Amino acid sequence: MSAIINASRRGFLKTSALAGGGLLIGFTLPGAARLAHAASEFKPNAFIRIGSDNQVTVICGLSEMGQGVHTAIPMLIAEELDADWSKIKVVQAPVDQAFNNPAFGMQATGGSTSVRGHWEPMRKAGAAARAMLVAAAAGKWKADQADCRTEQGMVVHKSGKKLSYGQLADAAAKQPVPAEVKLKDPKDFRILGKAAKRLDTPPKVNGSAKFGLDVRLPGMLIAVMARPPVPGGKAVSVDDSKAKAIAGVRQVIQLPSGVAVLADGYWAAKQGRDALAVKWDDGANAALSSDGISKMLAEAAAKGGVLARSEGDASATAAKQIEAQYEAPYLAHACMEPMNATAWVKPNEIEVWAGTQSQGPAQGILGQVGGVAPGKVKINTMYLGGGFGRRFAPDFAIDATLLSKISGKPVKLVYTREDDTKAYFYRPASVTRFVGGLDASGKAVSFSARVASPSIMEGSHFMKIPADGVDTFAVEGIRDCPYSFPSLRVEYARQEPGVQVWFWRSVGHSQNIFFIESFVDEMAAAAGKDPYQFRRELLDKQPRYRGVLDLAAQKAGWAQPLPAGMHRGIAVGQSFGSYVAEVAEVSVGKDGKVKVHRVVGAVDCGMTVNTEIIKRQIESAIVFGLTAALYGKITFKDGKVEQSNFHDYPMLRIDEMPKVEVHIVASTEPPGGIGEPGLPPLAPAVSNAVFAATGKRVRKLPFDAAELKQA
Amino acid sequence: MISLSVNGKKISVNDSPDTPLLWVLRDTLGMTGTKFGCGVALCGACTVHLDGKPVRSCSTPVSAAVGKKITTIEAMAANPVGKAVQAAWVKHDVPQCGYCQSGQIMSASALLAQNKKPSDADIDAAMSGNVCRCGTYNQIRAAIKDAAQSMTKGA
Repeated sequence: MSAIINASRRGFLKTSALAGGGLLIGFTLPGAARLAHAASEFKPNAFIRIGSDNQVTVICGLSEMGQGVHTAIPMLIAEELDADWSKIKVVQAPVDQAFNNPAFGMQATGGSTSVRGHWEPMRKAGAAARAMLVAAAAGKWKADQADCRTEQGMVVHKSGKKLSYGQLADAAAKQPVPAEVKLKDPKDFRILGKAAKRLDTPPKVNGSAKFGLDVRLPGMLIAVMARPPVPGGKAVSVDDSKAKAIAGVRQVIQLPSGVAVLADGYWAAKQGRDALAVKWDDGANAALSSDGISKMLAEAAAKGGVLARSEGDASATAAKQIEAQYEAPYLAHACMEPMNATAWVKPNEIEVWAGTQSQGPAQGILGQVGGVAPGKVKINTMYLGGGFGRRFAPDFAIDATLLSKISGKPVKLVYTREDDTKAYFYRPASVTRFVGGLDASGKAVSFSARVASPSIMEGSHFMKIPADGVDTFAVEGIRDCPYSFPSLRVEYARQEPGVQVWFWRSVGHSQNIFFIESFVDEMAAAAGKDPYQFRRELLDKQPRYRGVLDLAAQKAGWAQPLPAGMHRGIAVGQSFGSYVAEVAEVSVGKDGKVKVHRVVGAVDCGMTVNTEIIKRQIESAIVFGLTAALYGKITFKDGKVEQSNFHDYPMLRIDEMPKVEVHIVASTEPPGGIGEPGLPPLAPAVSNAVFAATGKRVRKLPFDAAELKQA
Repeated sequence: MISLSVNGKKISVNDSPDTPLLWVLRDTLGMTGTKFGCGVALCGACTVHLDGKPVRSCSTPVSAAVGKKITTIEAMAANPVGKAVQAAWVKHDVPQCGYCQSGQIMSASALLAQNKKPSDADIDAAMSGNVCRCGTYNQIRAAIKDAAQSMTKGA
């Protein structure tokens, strides 16, 4: 997280274009364009518009990808504005510095930063507007401001007279913007910490919500591309005669990233793409294989690497030593909406429509791609049909812009599901080797971990591994191990098999908390202790970890017996500033198939914005984590990705969905993130339950039914 | 020219007969409420009704829809079952990213049109062809049961 926050916007621009073919990006800040506004509106700042009809419009610079930010940001504003929630609507902002995410210093959505970054700025924006409305009312009434209060979109004088915000809009617009505002004491919150309905639900149930793929422009062509089947490969020759013979196909264009067929519609473009005969030079990765990658990572983990953390005396002797190697695969994001973008490059300006998590930096990148100043790039952020980190990458927008520039037409570039699955930007594969020591009484005395994994920081092209040589993401969840081990050592060995890696929901925590929480379970078993109590004792200095662990255990009835055949596992983790513990109830069939019946989660995410969205995001992350644990793997053979669509990269379905309960710890701590922290503890909770059921320890994801089969 | 009945309207299109119905709806007719997810009938995002039965429009050639009533998400509010399902979806705030929800609502509406009181097993059978990557399955189940109840009450 800190690494993300420190990433410079300049660095992102300079290098993320590499993903799209090695362009070097010059960079200037976009002009501080003002939003167009009507005369009858009160516009206290970039985020709020109040019309004479009492409508309050919140302009949100963050991307809505299901995480609920188009509801959370309006709630932050509405709280301090004392708005009538039924009069709130939300619209997507253009790219403007006013909408920079304070956590990143650029306009982008990710890293579970939205509420953390905007908790104060958005409340201040609402409070400033409120102060101006109060001043306007006091002026009209010739009253003292101290005798005025606000509630539900009204300023109310102590005498009982009232004016609505709409009635005050004109007068409020003439008030000076206050330099300082006082924020509410959280105990006085009326909207925050409750369960407001999502503002984006109505258009999402009647087909009217517009995602990137739904963009239609007059004269637009649809593009589908053939990409190198091996990472780093290049097209040597292209025979497009069959493609061009297909009705509706208009043009074939070769880009650094592949060969595009442009047609009147998707179907012709896809048929045209399939009819291309491309000869590829597979390059240096032609022999890439998952077995080879596993071996490479395992050897590095055995050897060790640079020091990430060291505490206590590593030479302390242990009566009992346990050792284990864990492995996690590459994973694709599999957003339901395949990657796509629409671009229209005109002589001196570019307009782009995309579901993107990184519209701020994209503005500079696409300006460079299309040959115009960043201020001449207009980006329309559409609803994202899933993001999960994938839509932080600029590949689809870069290629759409190039295709529009070359063809001279508006172009919508569409990835097929197979293209999307095979397009890299994967969660990195990783291997970690642990050694744990116990004394004669079963007390943990030492812990060491050697992590071998590619670097997302370097792979992102907009960050750098810090001076200590440790990729923050590769070790997160292990380096910050919360347990009181008297001796603790973590090392990182960077290995680069040659695959483009990327941020995937919860990033390094997604595999590392599986590793550490499974291994701690192994230590508990070796010590002959209850896995919940073993953790609890080692979390003596970690009240927030212990808080969620205790709550999850209590709500799951940890001490209560389960029906025959059912088994429990527990795990805990902190990521993105929030603490989550989960207890999974699991059965394992004779065929080795793992079924998860119920998951009880406890979350401490500090002060809450929307309790229902918090619960849904934890549940969503549980499904995402369970899908990965049961099925998720991207594998390579002869340089090629072996998976393509949902038959070989399966998703959890409704008939496999466990019951989920989520409990929230009451807290006055600053808010933590919520889109990601529910994911990491899921796989170890399930795996630890599988151990309870079978006595077999799963050290490599996804679960393999053949290995769990009972003789 | 191919003659179709889409949401009660007679429409003629010029697409080749093997074009999947999905792309006729989305690209030719501009009806983008029906979504593209996988192209091979594995995810259900493209679900529409043909004579009231749920079909995956990504894998249904437009020629197979000739002579049948095509109903899409855009017409669900005008259908008593669809309306009840949409109301339940709103009540339970089911969607997250929302991309799969057109297909989910089409599958759920087809189920409830046939089965006024679906069991959990009925819901599993009717809905397991629809993937939701955000994991809204428990809310989908609750909303289907709610819609079933509201329809019974309303009847």
